[in-house]
Amino acid sequence: MTWNRKHLLDIESLTPDEITAVLDTARAFKAVGERAIKKVPALRGKTVINLFIEPSTRTRISFELAALRLTADVINFSAEASSLKKGETLKDTARNLEALNADIIIIRHSATGAPHFLSRFLNASVINAGDGAHEHPTQALLDAFTIRERKGRIEGLNVTILGDILYSRVARSNIWALTKLGAKVTLCGPSTLVPRVFERMGCRVTYDVDEAIADADIINLLRIQHERQRKTMFPSINEYATLFGLNKARLARTKPDVLIMHPGPINRGVEIDSEIADCVRSVILEQVTNGLAVRMAVLFLVNGGKGPQEIAA
Amino acid sequence: MGQFDFFMPDTTVILSPSTIQRALARIAHEIAERNEASADVVLVGVQRGGVHLAQRLAGSLRGIWGHAVSVGTLDVGMHRDDLGRQAAPRIHPTVIPFDITGKTVVLVDDVLFSGRTTRAALDALNDFGRPKRVQLAVLVDRGHRELPIKADFVGKNVPTSLNEQITVRLQETDGEDVVRLEKK
Repeated sequence: MTWNRKHLLDIESLTPDEITAVLDTARAFKAVGERAIKKVPALRGKTVINLFIEPSTRTRISFELAALRLTADVINFSAEASSLKKGETLKDTARNLEALNADIIIIRHSATGAPHFLSRFLNASVINAGDGAHEHPTQALLDAFTIRERKGRIEGLNVTILGDILYSRVARSNIWALTKLGAKVTLCGPSTLVPRVFERMGCRVTYDVDEAIADADIINLLRIQHERQRKTMFPSINEYATLFGLNKARLARTKPDVLIMHPGPINRGVEIDSEIADCVRSVILEQVTNGLAVRMAVLFLVNGGKGPQEIAA
Repeated sequence: MGQFDFFMPDTTVILSPSTIQRALARIAHEIAERNEASADVVLVGVQRGGVHLAQRLAGSLRGIWGHAVSVGTLDVGMHRDDLGRQAAPRIHPTVIPFDITGKTVVLVDDVLFSGRTTRAALDALNDFGRPKRVQLAVLVDRGHRELPIKADFVGKNVPTSLNEQITVRLQETDGEDVVRLEKK
């Protein structure tokens, strides 16, 4: 067993063994979700707080359900209805939550490094549920889980991430996770959204979609993050759909067993054709199911990451 | 500590390959003797030590009863009572591909010690159904129980002290059948 961490802040600092430990644990938790009784007492009596300073529905629900299935008590905290609106700092908000004896705090924030900041003074475990354009570790873990489950391995696979890379924390976390596990990652999209600097993370950058997807075993599509762009990075949505959208003609030129992934929410007709989103090669809904298992595994592991390694027989 | 330490080795073999085989054969016969309704008996090996022992017992019982016996595996990691106090345990697959409701479930484990693993196993089993009864078979009972739990079938009772540990090695996972008592 190689997991001995109290927090999950990013993928960048994890070893390949630690990533694999999460994926292996998640497999067992996925089986729990398929039983008649979908609940285990692993986090009985623990308090989990969803501190979502940036709005989110799918990630929050996934974490909430994951905590509930581990028998934890869950409190949802949203920025709109909080004292942050009354001028309280993030640090004070977090300290107040800890004063309520929270054991695990899951944070989403628009500022890069917010989870790292909290982890420096909180006794509770901190899980990053997305910090700005920096990282979204559980998304990368669930993507890696889905790839490994479908393909049987990750090492040696060609993974193409297509879309808005610059503003995407999903892309950054995926690049870290997949390259650590031995996949070959290709990035593609409008040049304004896929700067060459990403080559330093160990990926290939190309602006030719057909070339980017020709040898791909996995195509991971990313949504245009309008909410993060300060100005328009390309002429129009229609032009983006024409130049970079995954349509039937493009899909016909890919490997027959290519997997289509998308972290959601999908914009039908923009980055992905409606028919493709629903086709047999699309694993978009499996990603949602696997996300629950991966988040259960992460909650389980950080809860245990506080003591010595040995487990009594 | 004195000049006779030489005569007190740190490792003692408690069960050899042939005694392990005999102990399992005897346990299989005891299970058969105790459960006349053989069609209702299923075996569940506790991860990891009990999994292969359950498989072997199922093989013996098949020979005794003349019909196959269902075997499952159970990981108790999610049901332990020391979670959060120690590093999270490695979770192995739980596979129970049959309904245990109304059945006689024989839990199989390698070593019975504090009883906490068995308690967790009883809890975990509850999530899969309501067995008619649960029995416990272990290869070694080393004492030091912390809970009111007792094995129904025991390969060998071994009095131990708390600074000793029992190591079970099986052909399927370690390439040899042997049980040793070791000083920590």
